[in-house]
Amino acid sequence: MATRCEGADIIIIGAGHAGVEAAAAAARMGADTLLVTQSIETIGQMSCNPAIGGVGKSHLVREVDALGGIMALAADESGIQFRVLNASKGAAVRATRAQTDRSLYKAAVRERIEKQTNLRLVQQEVVNLNTERGRVVGVETALGVVYAAKAVVLTTGTFLGGRIHVGTASLAGGRAGERPSTELARKLRDFGFELGRLKTGTPPRLDGRTLDLPVMQVQASDEPLPVMSFMGDGRTRPAQRPCYITHTNPQTHDIIRSALKDSPLYTGRIEGQGPRYCPSIEDKVVRFSERSAHQIFMEPEGLSTQEYYPNGISTSLPYEAQVALVRSIKGCEKAHITRPGYAIEYDYLDPRGLWPWLETRPLEGLFLAGQINGTTGYEEAAAQGVLAGINATLKVSGREHWVPSRREAYMGVLVDDLTTQGVSEPYRMFTSRAEYRVLLREDNADARLTPKGRELGLVDDSRWRCFSQAQTRVAALTKALRSARVAPASPLARRLEDESGTEIARNQSMFDLLRRPEIGPRLLRSLADEDLRSASGLADWERVKTEASYAGYLPRMEREIEQLRRREATPIPKGFHFRGVKGLSAELVEKLEQHLPGNLAQASRIEGMTPAALSILLVYLKRDEAA
Amino acid sequence: MNQPINSASDTIVAIATPPGAGGVGIVRLSGTSAREVGEKITGKALAPRCLDLTNFCDGQGMALDQGLATCFAAPASYTGEDVVELQAHGSPVVLSMLLDRCLELGARLAEPGEFSQRAFLNGKLDLVQAEAVADLIASGTRGAARAAMRSLQGAFSLQVQALDTGVRSLRAELEASIDFADEAEAFIDDESVRKHLRRLQGELEALLEEADRGARLQQRPKLVLCGAPNVGKSSLLNRLTGHERAIVSDQPGTTRDTLNEPILLAGLQVDLVDTAGLRPSAESIEAEGVRRARQAIAGADLRIDLWDASRPETRGVWPPPEDGQGVIEVMTKRDLVTEAQDFGCLAVSAKEGTGLQRLRETLEEALGTNQGEPAFLARTRHLEALRRAQEHMHQAIAEQEVGGAQELVAEALRVAHLALGEIVGITTSEDLLSDIFKHFCLGK
Repeated sequence: MATRCEGADIIIIGAGHAGVEAAAAAARMGADTLLVTQSIETIGQMSCNPAIGGVGKSHLVREVDALGGIMALAADESGIQFRVLNASKGAAVRATRAQTDRSLYKAAVRERIEKQTNLRLVQQEVVNLNTERGRVVGVETALGVVYAAKAVVLTTGTFLGGRIHVGTASLAGGRAGERPSTELARKLRDFGFELGRLKTGTPPRLDGRTLDLPVMQVQASDEPLPVMSFMGDGRTRPAQRPCYITHTNPQTHDIIRSALKDSPLYTGRIEGQGPRYCPSIEDKVVRFSERSAHQIFMEPEGLSTQEYYPNGISTSLPYEAQVALVRSIKGCEKAHITRPGYAIEYDYLDPRGLWPWLETRPLEGLFLAGQINGTTGYEEAAAQGVLAGINATLKVSGREHWVPSRREAYMGVLVDDLTTQGVSEPYRMFTSRAEYRVLLREDNADARLTPKGRELGLVDDSRWRCFSQAQTRVAALTKALRSARVAPASPLARRLEDESGTEIARNQSMFDLLRRPEIGPRLLRSLADEDLRSASGLADWERVKTEASYAGYLPRMEREIEQLRRREATPIPKGFHFRGVKGLSAELVEKLEQHLPGNLAQASRIEGMTPAALSILLVYLKRDEAA
Repeated sequence: MNQPINSASDTIVAIATPPGAGGVGIVRLSGTSAREVGEKITGKALAPRCLDLTNFCDGQGMALDQGLATCFAAPASYTGEDVVELQAHGSPVVLSMLLDRCLELGARLAEPGEFSQRAFLNGKLDLVQAEAVADLIASGTRGAARAAMRSLQGAFSLQVQALDTGVRSLRAELEASIDFADEAEAFIDDESVRKHLRRLQGELEALLEEADRGARLQQRPKLVLCGAPNVGKSSLLNRLTGHERAIVSDQPGTTRDTLNEPILLAGLQVDLVDTAGLRPSAESIEAEGVRRARQAIAGADLRIDLWDASRPETRGVWPPPEDGQGVIEVMTKRDLVTEAQDFGCLAVSAKEGTGLQRLRETLEEALGTNQGEPAFLARTRHLEALRRAQEHMHQAIAEQEVGGAQELVAEALRVAHLALGEIVGITTSEDLLSDIFKHFCLGK
């Protein structure tokens, strides 16, 4: 017999990286929010390696942050090694990466969740979704408790139908040592969702006391220490620890080859598709058999633990083989494995069954975010979580949904790719997925999204104040640099020439000078007038430099974006009759019916779409609109 | 999704009259800068709805032709935008030079059916005409695709492919080094990027030069005779050309090779192609002839499918038509059957000369509606794409030379690649990622 408990506007199921961002976003916007998790202890758990960010991913983190999210702040509070990747390249692809202390990260997330107003936490396992007339109205837990809700966000990660493999042994599980959500997976199938199977894996964890770290290459934090959050000032950061680099060798590879006969990957026990960019060491050795070494990052799990995460040897080989392969590695000769590596297979729901705002098409009011949609990575999960939380809230308050477009945010690229293309392997963000990469930078995530976040009620006063001040400073600096002229042979020109080795042959503005690759913001700032220096920090100068160097690419991109914008502004109404459009091939009609694009821009990204077919669609859409 | 940027504010241009050495040919412009382009070519201020007798000049001010220019101001024009029409002499060479000049001045070659589409979108056409406009776009596109195929045959196509492959592999290298910065892979160094870029630029320039020369050559629509052996293809060819060009005999399989003969239809030069009869053959020369016949048939703009009145079994021995290909069925040897019945198709007798006038009329009509886009337009489109690719390749090189950010080199190269993609098909970011994972051992 079911017990009814006090419900909420929005219920979030799962408290991983998607769930916490969804819950926090909904609560920030004022929705009465209930976060249901199997275990409060594992809120914000990093199931894979203890790191946040990296190329493409840090861009997502900054965007979540620009909308007032948790991830970047938690990383700044728990990061024990910070680096900027692609530092030698331009700002668009520069990416911050933080190695974090796993338990500090979890604590930072939990603290924010527990302090969040409008948000309640409850520990229960959800086993069913209650529906009425095709609409979700609540959830039911294993204890038979029913919570009513106007919208539900489901973020089950790898728990849906999760199965763990180590060698020929396999067991049901959502993460090592935790139960899967088998019941819920079965129910979702009943609702008519298309379920697929994916695979991912982790390496064995090692006891640091048994590692010979001094023989490995040291990789320390960058100086000055980078920060993740726009609001981060570095003061919240714990002590820093280096990572270490070592390599596999031919002996390691022999051990792996001889163990393949018991590999669940190579004996057909695992049917799910694993990610190409996160291959197991078995895969690397088989596919790149000519390599004699593969790199391993030995990452500390935290300040208060001895465990290390050997990033690069994800494996599901039998336990004995794992021990042998680890011990063949330089510096790991006496290594003790604290937790064996494993592969995990789990269910995901075909994301083409979602609207771009992450609500499911079959079941109104149900939103999905994170790995359940076929993605991988904490950052990808968090980004979807924020969007799902926002849109669930907009839905229950009767407002229009909001999704950033591909030109505004990596988040936009992410949900657009997912909902129009689907996935064939766990989806990870890469900067090469973004056509407007030079516009979507870490350094301008705030300018791209914070105003919208403020409008939606996600951004608090203190962030809004900092943002507005920064905007004003950068605008003032830009103006000042545009009007400050540097004449050839002037003292400033002479010094610049000496320092940068470049020639200043004509009178030009400091803004134009800053555009030159050989003139850095630090140099120019150090030579500038006291007024200019005191009004704005180095970060502002860097920002202006970035804007200046990308300026030449804007006009062409603007034209491309203008076309995109026009296509986005041409909606394809629900129930549009694609079969009635003359001149489209049968194949294309079928794809359109399958994807059900919401506008012409989405239709344009369907595989096999042609300019002519788009023109024809446009003609029909305009006819229907006018009729 | 990749294509030229069809913003509605673009000014488009096309030759509005059917191809062929007719008396007058019209180049039509539509869009915000139509008038400006028209005024630069004529050197005159164009007043709306006045007919000006004027010279049409090239970039150096040399007259290309003399003709009439008319301007229609928005919204009172066919498309609802500013429209300029330049009426020149109908020579394809003159028209194509005029078209090139418009492109130089910033107009873009119109997509098939685009003038009508704009008219429709601007409310200039009735709603019920939506279908007709859609048809126009669809059939025009099929015609353009065929014309492009024709213009792209052989070496040119292979060279563009090779160039595209080269750009793709350099992009994969660059993208890998950006997206996998933390990996221990040996990614491409600056010096190699520079070398690759220079080599690609060299190839692109050579290709442009060659294509430029080729673009001046005319490509005529192809009319192909198709049917079983000895149905009278060669006799009909001789009749239509007016001289004994093909060898004719009672022996099936006399025609071994395809044979091209120019004929004039509706004032238009057309290639009439005779082919070997379609039948399985053990003999290697004939088998080769049949292979060539099938190739010619597949590439036809308009097919004449023949069957022999005395051998009804020869009716239907034709390959299925290609998408959008026009087909006219003709019964030959009308003289061999006496009864006056309706055969459900045209009937001719090459021997007695009957039915030929009807056939000519039918062919002229079909050519008028079905020839799609002339090949030189298709080629102009390709040249345009190559020039854009070249422009962005220059930018990539310039960026590389000044030591600019690597993602800007990658960006310029992406846009150059988009332009090449208009010719050989696009490369998606997913394709690039596949290349990257194939060549590098990535991931932790």
